[in-house]
Amino acid sequence: MAFLTNFYAFLFYFAALVFVSGVAFKIVQYARTPAPLKIPTTPAPITSTGVTLRMVREVVLFESLFRGNKWTWIFGWIFHFGLLLVTLRHLRYFIEPVWFPIELVQPFGIYGGMAMIVGLGGLWARRFLVDRVRYISAPSDHLILALLVLIGISGLLMKFVFHTDIVEIKAFFMGLYAYDFQPLPADPLLLLHLLLVALLLIIFPYSKLLHAPGLFFSPTRNQADNPREVRHIAPWAKKLEQ
Amino acid sequence: MAKATFLVPELTQYTEVPAITPGAMAHSSPFFSKPDFQEPLGYPGELVDDWQNKAIDKMGELLGKYRSLQVYMDACVKCGACTDKCHYFLGTSDPKNMPVGRQDLMRKVYRRYFTVAGKLFPKLVGAEDFTKEVLDDWYSYFHQCSQCRRCSVFCPYGIDTAEISMAAREIMDSIGVGQKYCNEIIAKVYKVGNNLGLPGPALVDTLEGLEEDVYDDTGVRVRYPIDQVGAEVLLVTPSADFFAEPHVDGLIGYGKMFHESGVTWTLSTHASEAANFGMFIGSYDNMRRISQRIQEAAIKLKVKRIVFGECGHAWRVAYSFLNTLAGPWDFLDPRYPVPQHICEFTYDLIQQGKLTFDKSENDDKVMTFHDSCNVARATRMGDTPGGQFEIPRAIIRATCNNFYDMDEDTIRDRTFCCGGGGGLLTDDLMELRVKGAKPRMDALNNVIQEKGVTHMAAICAICKTQFSKVLPYYGMDMSQIISLHQLVGDAIVLTPDPEDEDANDDDDEDDD
Repeated sequence: MAFLTNFYAFLFYFAALVFVSGVAFKIVQYARTPAPLKIPTTPAPITSTGVTLRMVREVVLFESLFRGNKWTWIFGWIFHFGLLLVTLRHLRYFIEPVWFPIELVQPFGIYGGMAMIVGLGGLWARRFLVDRVRYISAPSDHLILALLVLIGISGLLMKFVFHTDIVEIKAFFMGLYAYDFQPLPADPLLLLHLLLVALLLIIFPYSKLLHAPGLFFSPTRNQADNPREVRHIAPWAKKLEQ
Repeated sequence: MAKATFLVPELTQYTEVPAITPGAMAHSSPFFSKPDFQEPLGYPGELVDDWQNKAIDKMGELLGKYRSLQVYMDACVKCGACTDKCHYFLGTSDPKNMPVGRQDLMRKVYRRYFTVAGKLFPKLVGAEDFTKEVLDDWYSYFHQCSQCRRCSVFCPYGIDTAEISMAAREIMDSIGVGQKYCNEIIAKVYKVGNNLGLPGPALVDTLEGLEEDVYDDTGVRVRYPIDQVGAEVLLVTPSADFFAEPHVDGLIGYGKMFHESGVTWTLSTHASEAANFGMFIGSYDNMRRISQRIQEAAIKLKVKRIVFGECGHAWRVAYSFLNTLAGPWDFLDPRYPVPQHICEFTYDLIQQGKLTFDKSENDDKVMTFHDSCNVARATRMGDTPGGQFEIPRAIIRATCNNFYDMDEDTIRDRTFCCGGGGGLLTDDLMELRVKGAKPRMDALNNVIQEKGVTHMAAICAICKTQFSKVLPYYGMDMSQIISLHQLVGDAIVLTPDPEDEDANDDDDEDDD
C-alpha cells in the first residue's frame, strides 16, 4: 500500500519534471533557432494582428486541415476538443477550491471523454483503411493512439462501471504539492489510468506530440507577409554582410 | 504526339487519387553534377570520404540555422492530410512522392541521430541509419519535389516540404553529391551572367533585332534598351525571355507596355537573369551571391525602381527574399515597393487609364490562366493578400474578351505545379515532368472540352518551357501556352512618335 503510493508519487514527480523541462527545452530551442527568410504560405496576413487571427483559427478550428481532409479534420477536431473538456474536468483534482467555470464544465467533461474515444477511433481506423496513411504509420503512431484510447477507456470505466474513491485521489494529488504522501486507492483501473497518463507526460517531449508547441513556431503560419516593407534578417546572415 | 519511353497517364475529368505503388519512381534520378560545376559554388567535386559524418554534421548545422527545418522535423503527426496533394504523387502513385513520404526520408535520419527516441528505439519510431541506400533515395526523391508548397497549404502545422527538399539538397551538395542541371546553371550565371549563358553582345544584338521586328509589325519604334544609365526602371527578367517562344512574346509585350507608360526602362547585361537557382539547392550563400548582381546593376545604372519579369520562383526570391539578401534598397525611389512585379506595373497603368487596348486583337483565343505555384503560395502582388491571383486575371480581362478559370480546386493557392519547377526542368527527368503535369493537364483539358478554351497564359518561364514540352505528350499543341504579356502586347494600341509617323508616310509612298 505504502509502496504503491510512494511509487506513484515519485512517478508523477518524475513525469512532471520530464514533461516541463522537456517541453521547455524544445520551446527554447524553437524560439532561439532563427528563421532566416520570410516563408509564410500565401495568401498570408500582412499585419501581426492578422497573423494572430490566422494562428487562432489554426489552433481552435484546424483551418488548414479542414481544407486538406474532411475526415481527418472531423475526427481530429472531435478528439482534441474532447481532450480539452476532459482536461478541464480533471482540473478539479488539482485545485482547491474548485473554480466556478471548472464546476460548470464537469458534466461536459464526461461527453468529452466519449468524444475522445470516437475521434481516436476514427483516426485509428484511417491508419488501417487508407493505404496512403497505412504506408506512413510507424509502430509509434499506433502505440500513441493505443495509449490515448486506453487512458480514455479506463477513465470512462471508472466513471460508469468500477467507481473509485475520487476524494482520496484528490487528497493524493493535493498532497504531492506539499511532499505529503496521502494514500492512493489501490483500484487496478485507477492505477492503470494513472500509469498511462504519466507515460503520456514522459513521452510528450520526445515524440510527435511536439506538434502542439511546434505549431506556434511554424514560419509558414506565424510570419506576416511584409518582406518588401520590413527588412528581415537573421543574426547569422547579418554576419555575411560584414 | 511526342514519343515516350514510359507510359503517359490517361487524362481524366477530375484527377483521381491513385492507390500507392511503392518504388514506382525509384529509377528516376537526374544526372550528377561534375566537379567543374561543383567547385564554383563552393562544393566538393565528388562524394567525400567520411561523407556520412559530414552529412550528419551539416544536418545539425542546418537544424540550428533554420527554425523551419527544426520544427518540421519534430511536428509531423502523420495525419495524412498531405498525402494526396502532391502532383508528383498523383501522377506517379509512388508513396515516396507523398509529401510526408518525402519528408520521412530525412525525418528517419533526423530521428536516428538527433532524437532520444530514435537513438534508443529506432525501429519503434521509424528511425534509420544514414546508409548509402538512404542517400540514393534522397538523391532520387528530393529531386522529385518542385518546391511548389502545395502540401504546406493543407498541413495543420504548415509543414513545407520545400524547406526539407532544399535542406536535403544543401546537405548532399556539401558532401559532393550535386545535381548537374542546377549547379551547371548557377556556375554559368557566375561566369556569363544568366542561366542560358547568353553573353552581353548577344543580348544587345537580340534586342536590336526585336526592335526591328516590332517596328516592321506595328510601324512604331518601340525601344528595348539595355545598360541604359539613368533609366527609371531596371527590368530583371528570365533569360528565356530573350529568344525562346513563347517567352519572347512576353518581352515584346513588356516593351510595348513601357513604351505606352512613358517610363524609361532598361535591361542589364550584368543582371540579365531573374531566376535564382540558389533557392532550388537550398543554398543561402549562393542565393545571396546571385541576388547581389541585381543590387550592383541597380547602382551602376542609377535606376530608381526595380521590376521583375514573368518568372515564378524568381518572383519568390525577389518578393520574399531580395530585401533580406541584397537590401536595403534605400537608394531607390521610396514611393514604390522594391521589387515590383511586371504585372503590378501593368495593372497600375491600367487602373490609371494610361493603356488603351483593342481586345478584339485577342478574339482568336479563349483564355485560361495557370497560377504559377511559387507566385501563388510564396508571394504577393499589390496591397492585399491574394493580389497575386486577382492582378494577372484583371490584366487578362482587360486585354481579352474570352476568359474562363479552371476548376477551383486547381487554381489560386490550390494550384498545381506545372511539373517542372524547383530545378527539375531538365530532359533527364522527362518522365517525372510528364507524369507530374497530369493534374494540371486534367484541369486544362476539362476547360478545353467544356468552355472551348484554346490557350493558357502563365507568368513563369519554367511553366512556359515545361508546358511547351509536355502539352504534346497529352495530345495538345505546344503553342497553347503563352506569356501573359503577349496578350498585353497584342491588344495594346501603340502611340506612334512623330518620327514614326514620317516613317509610315514614307512607307505609304513606297507602296504607292
